[in-house]
Amino acid sequence: MSVQTHIPATAMASRPAAGIHGTKMVARDVKVFYGAKQALKGINLEIQENRVMALIGPSGCGKSTFLRCLNRMNDTIENCRVEGLIALDGEDVYGKSIDAVQLRARVGMVFQKPNPFPKSIYDNIAYGPRIHGIASHRDEMDEIVQTSLKRAGLWNEVKDRLREPGTGLSGGQQQRLCIARAIAVSPEVILMDEPCSALDPIATAHIEELIDELRENYTIVIVTHNMQQAARVSQKTAFFHLGDMVECDDTEEIFTNPRDERTQGYITGRYG
Amino acid sequence: MQLTVLLIILALLTVIGYQMGRSRAVASVGGRIVELHSVPSYHGFYVALWAGLPALLLFAFWGASEGWLVMQMVLSGLPDRLVNGDAQALGLLRADILNLAHGVATGREPDPEVVAAAERYLRLHALGDWSLLVIGCCIAIGGLLYARGRIDPDLRARNRVERTVNIALVICSLVAILTTIGIVLSLLFEAIRFFAVVNPLDFLFGTHWSPQMAMRADQVGSSGSFGAIPLFAGTLLITGIAMAVAVPVGLMAAIFMSEYASPGLRTWLKPILEVLAGIPTVVYGFFAALTMAPFVRDLGNSLGLSVSSESALAAGFVMGVMIIPFVSSLSDDVINAVPQSLRDGSYGLGATKSETIRLVVLPAALPGIVAAIMLAVSRAIGETMIVTMAAGLTANLTANPLDAVTTVTTQIATLLVGDQEFDSPKTLSAFGLGLVLFVVTLTLNMVALRVVQKYREKYD
Repeated sequence: MSVQTHIPATAMASRPAAGIHGTKMVARDVKVFYGAKQALKGINLEIQENRVMALIGPSGCGKSTFLRCLNRMNDTIENCRVEGLIALDGEDVYGKSIDAVQLRARVGMVFQKPNPFPKSIYDNIAYGPRIHGIASHRDEMDEIVQTSLKRAGLWNEVKDRLREPGTGLSGGQQQRLCIARAIAVSPEVILMDEPCSALDPIATAHIEELIDELRENYTIVIVTHNMQQAARVSQKTAFFHLGDMVECDDTEEIFTNPRDERTQGYITGRYG
Repeated sequence: MQLTVLLIILALLTVIGYQMGRSRAVASVGGRIVELHSVPSYHGFYVALWAGLPALLLFAFWGASEGWLVMQMVLSGLPDRLVNGDAQALGLLRADILNLAHGVATGREPDPEVVAAAERYLRLHALGDWSLLVIGCCIAIGGLLYARGRIDPDLRARNRVERTVNIALVICSLVAILTTIGIVLSLLFEAIRFFAVVNPLDFLFGTHWSPQMAMRADQVGSSGSFGAIPLFAGTLLITGIAMAVAVPVGLMAAIFMSEYASPGLRTWLKPILEVLAGIPTVVYGFFAALTMAPFVRDLGNSLGLSVSSESALAAGFVMGVMIIPFVSSLSDDVINAVPQSLRDGSYGLGATKSETIRLVVLPAALPGIVAAIMLAVSRAIGETMIVTMAAGLTANLTANPLDAVTTVTTQIATLLVGDQEFDSPKTLSAFGLGLVLFVVTLTLNMVALRVVQKYREKYD
C-alpha cells in the first residue's frame, strides 16, 4: 500500500509557504528528565515565524513534553529538569534575562482539555490583559475582548452573552474561548497541545480553519495525534519517537516521502 | 447469672450452628460445592442466625419488660389499701418494694405487707431468670434444628443472610436518627415549659439577663429576668473575634500548604496543624484563662486601657486558634480539588503564582471555603469551655472586646451545674437557650451543606 493513499489529496492543499520565514524559536540539544527518567534525548528543532509546525508521534514519545518546554510550563512540575538551549528570537528562555512569566505572555498556550476559568466569557478573555496591564481603560478592554473573540471566530455566537459563565459553552466553543483568551495577550507564538482531541468533528473543523487563519499573525506549534489534522493545518511536521526527534521537514515531504522508516511506519498506521 | 449463662450458651450454639450448616450444605451435594445456590459459609451463617437471633430478641424483650411485668404481678397481689393511691403514692410503693428487695434501708419501719411483697418480688424475679434461661435455650436449639432441616442445595441462603444483614444496618442507622429526634424533642418539651412561664418575646428581645429566682417570697436581689440579648451579643462578639483570627490565619495556612509547600513539607505540616484540633477545649481554656487573659490585661493596662481580667478578646482569640485547623484543613482540601488545568491555563497566560491563586484558584474554591467557614462558625458558637474559663459569667451587653461577656453555651452550663429544681424558670431557661442555639447552628450547617452541594461539581 502506498503512503499517499492515506492522505486525501485535498488535505495536502494547505497553503504553500509564501515568502521567506525567519526563525522564531530554536531548540538545541534539549534534554528533559522527570526525576531519573529521561523523557527527551536531545532535541534539535527550528520553528519558523508565521507558520504552523505540527509535532506528531506515538503516545509517550515526548512531543507534549517538548511543547511545554517552549514556554516553560514544565517549571510547574515537581522534579522536572530541562537541559540544553531553547531560544525565542535569539534569547535563551531559561536564561537570566527572561523569566517564565514574561515568556508565557509571549508564548501562549492552549491545552488539550478546554479549561475556561469559572468566570464570565468577558472576564475569561480580559484575564490576561488585566494581569499584564495591557488595557488602560474600559473601552480599550472591550476592544481587546471583541477583537480576540472575532479572531477566534466566536464573536457572533457569544456577543449577546458576554456576562454569562464561560463554563456554560459547548466543548468546541470553550476551546475557541481558550484560544481567544490566549490571543488576547498578543503572544508571538501559540502552543497547542492536542487542542481538538476532546472535540467532535465539526468543532474540530472550526478550530482547524481558525489555526490556518491565525498563522498570518502568529507562529503556531501544535501537538496532534491526528495525522490528517497535521497534514491539513501545518506547513512543517516533526516526528517524535521514544524521546527522539526522528525527522522534521515540510509537511508534504513527511507525508509523501518520509526518509526514516519509523516515520513511514507511523504515518502508514503500522504502530502508534 | 442466668443471663450470662444464656449468653454463653447462645454464643456456643451459633458457632455450632455455623459449623453444622456448613458441613450439612457440603454434604447435601456430596462435596460438589458448585451445585449449591450459595457457598457453604452462607449456609453456615444462615443456621447461626436462626440459632442466635430469635433467642437474642427474646432476651432484649425480656430485659425491657421484665421489671415492669414482675412488679405488676407483685402489686396485683397487694391489698387494696396499699395500691389505691394516686400515681405518686404508687411510685413510692414501688420504690419501697425495690429498696427492700435489694436490701437498701428505707429509713422507716416497713409495712409487713410490703416486706412480703418484696420477698415475692425476689422470688418471681429469680423464677423469671430461670425460665428465661430455659426458654432461651429451647428457642435457640429449636431455631438451629429448624434451619438445619431447611438446608438444601437450592436454599437461597446468601439472599437471606444478606437481607438480615441489611436489616441490621438499617436498625443501626435508625438508632442514630432516633437519638437525634429524641434529643430535639426533649429540648423542645422543656423549652415549651420554659416559654409557658416566660414570654418568648421577653426572652428573645429582653436586654437584661439575671436568671436568679427568689426561693422565698421575701428574698432580696433576685429579679428573675430572662432577656437573652446580652448572651446572644456576647456569643456574637466572641464568635466574631474567633473568626477574625481563624479565617485569615487558617486560609493563609491552607493556601501555603496546598500551593507553596513542597509535598514533603505538606505531609508534615498538615498533621501537625491538625493536632491543634485534637487538644481538649479545657486545655485551651487553661491557656486562655492563665496565659492569654492576663497578657491581654497587662497589655491593655500598659496602653492605658482598662481591661477586665476576663475579657472577650482573650477567649475569642484562643477560640480562634482552636478553630484554625477546621478552616485550614477543609480549605486545603477544597483548594486541592481545583483542577490543575485551571492553574495551567492561568500560568499559560503569563500569570504569576499569586495572581493565579488570587484570581483563579480562590474564586473557584470559594464555595467550599465558605462552607468551611460556616462549619467553623457553628463550632465557635457551640464552644463552651474556653468561654466559661476565660470570658466570665457576667451578662454584659457590650461591644467592647476588653470587657467580660458571657455566651449562650456558658450560661447553659452554669444553669445546669449542681442540684437543680426542674420547676423553676431558672433551670428551664437553659432549654430555651439550647433551643435557640440548636436552631442557629442547624441553620448554619444546612446552609453550608447546601452551598457545598450546589457548587461541588461545577468545575470538574
